[in-house]
Amino acid sequence: MSSDRLLGAIGLILGVAFIWSATQIETGFIVDPLGPRTFPVIVGGVLALASLFILLRPDPKPDWPIASRWMEIVAAVAVLIGYSLFLEEVGFVVATAIAAALLSWRLGSRLHWAVVSGIGISLGIYAIFHLVLGLSLAKGPLGF
Amino acid sequence: MDILTNLAQGFDVALTWQNLGLALIGCLLGTIIGALPGLGPSNGVAILIPLAFTLGLPATPALILLTSVYYGAMYGGRISSILINIPGDEPALMSTLDGYPMARQGKAGEALALSGTASFVGSFLATIGVALFAPLLVQVALLFGPAEYFALFTLAFATLGGVSSANQGKSAMAAALGLGIAMIGIDGSTGTQRFTFGNIHLLEGIDFLVAIVGLFAISEVLLFMEHKGEGTPSGVKLDRITVPLSTLRRCFGAMMRGSGIGFIAGILPGAGASLGSFVAYTMEKRISDGNKTFGKGDPRGLAAPEAGNNASAGGALIPMLSLGVPGSGTTAVLLAMLLTLNITPGPLLFQNNPDVVWGLIAALFIANIILFAMNVPLVGLFVQVLQVPPRVLMPTVAMVSAVGIYGLSGSTFDLLLMVGFGVGGYMLRKLDVPLVPIILGILLGNQMEDNLRRALTISNGDWSILWASPLAIALWSLAVIGFVAPMILGRFLRPELPASTAEALDTD
Repeated sequence: MSSDRLLGAIGLILGVAFIWSATQIETGFIVDPLGPRTFPVIVGGVLALASLFILLRPDPKPDWPIASRWMEIVAAVAVLIGYSLFLEEVGFVVATAIAAALLSWRLGSRLHWAVVSGIGISLGIYAIFHLVLGLSLAKGPLGF
Repeated sequence: MDILTNLAQGFDVALTWQNLGLALIGCLLGTIIGALPGLGPSNGVAILIPLAFTLGLPATPALILLTSVYYGAMYGGRISSILINIPGDEPALMSTLDGYPMARQGKAGEALALSGTASFVGSFLATIGVALFAPLLVQVALLFGPAEYFALFTLAFATLGGVSSANQGKSAMAAALGLGIAMIGIDGSTGTQRFTFGNIHLLEGIDFLVAIVGLFAISEVLLFMEHKGEGTPSGVKLDRITVPLSTLRRCFGAMMRGSGIGFIAGILPGAGASLGSFVAYTMEKRISDGNKTFGKGDPRGLAAPEAGNNASAGGALIPMLSLGVPGSGTTAVLLAMLLTLNITPGPLLFQNNPDVVWGLIAALFIANIILFAMNVPLVGLFVQVLQVPPRVLMPTVAMVSAVGIYGLSGSTFDLLLMVGFGVGGYMLRKLDVPLVPIILGILLGNQMEDNLRRALTISNGDWSILWASPLAIALWSLAVIGFVAPMILGRFLRPELPASTAEALDTD
């Protein structure tokens, strides 16, 4: 099954689910001719129709990355999710230094250079955005 | 001479030290962002909006900063096109055709100076055009009722894929996805919850800035992870950066024609800067290529598309400011910024906040002059920027994006959402689904529904009000034509993109 057929199938399911979900929206006391359901139903309809079109007339397969590159992307996403979850626990400077170093390493820096870039990026952003521009960044237990 | 008085007022607003400083910073950042392969005007501006907002800049200064970035990025895109044959952004693609051969012939400095001049001519003429035509379009906009606005939004979505769109099914899917995301949260007029699944974070809906930064910036980082920063440019040497007067004279016609075509392409919904520079190049080739020198380093083949892409950047501001309907990716991002600042573009903007509009137009003139000064004598500095390797640049982009989003709400839920949009954006880009309609859908979804609601309230539920006026019928017809035409014409008008660079490029 080509990628586009899968995309179309997912879109179609999403569209139908969206329409069904829209019909479940509770209407309030305020009534106007349109109501809260109609527009989402139209949108879901467009989504389903467009997806059906893609399903029936798919484009040629895109060149997906090979397995090892997929791992890189999954790893990068994991780093970013971890960053989001632990940012407030460890504070901006530490979290950013670690996340930036990991990303830089996976993009091909030597390990020690990755550590240097990570710390540099973190301190650079902290200096510019917090110290100079006064933006509030997440404070960790250490106060930065 | 209404316009002159208005402009004088605008310069009054723009010519403060703070605003001049912001314009300078914006131009500098913009040129750098434009020059870096992989970062273009839309993701550049996208990263900076949350920052400008959290810094608490008032409307006019924020607008000046970000439009300077926008114009700057249009200038900067040419630098890597000419020097390393990798366009910094999609509109700069046509500049590689004759710019890179010029650089290979040892005329890199001349090519940079010439293209800088052409960019200046293009944006300067287009900015004059904005001052002249935007108020005229406002007169037209006053004729719009809710039904006409609903038709206009549909028109914007139908044409956003552009004449060069490869697959209209995917454009429509993207628009529906965006509109669907906009439905999440409490419905403003009836107070009912929609698609929130009981999650309190979703009650207020999804902040479009989170979606924009995720879709544009984070997906870009993921694309770089996939390619592991391949194709890093190596050192480039520059000779003297001047352009002989005779060459300038020879290119004068090319610049003028390029500016005119680019400006019109910019105003048209959905055409955008890429098409502007593409048509400018193709037409110049037809007119001037007597000796078959185009594609081999003919300066006119560089001047025309450069003037064209910068002129269309100016032209694209007209529908965005006067109707509130953007015609390209970057103007959609600029619209996001206006909405963040609580400024609703449209006819009322010109009546209620003339200082914002004319201050902005004055700032564009100022930014243009700053950019000209930066990009001709000082271009050597920006060439250094190309040496920054992606393994430092991309982590920085990811982290600055996170800082902006966290700064907005202080919520880690938004950070997770941003990463989610990044993953979604990456998959959709791989699958050739355009991202701009998604953004526009998220931005305009609620307004579109409100206009439909108002129209139906006026008519007491009679749907025929949507096509009751000649203006509405005209808009619907244009929407249908705009949606169907690319399926027929697309293969003739589509700029030929090398498959490998196409996915990595930022749409204007």
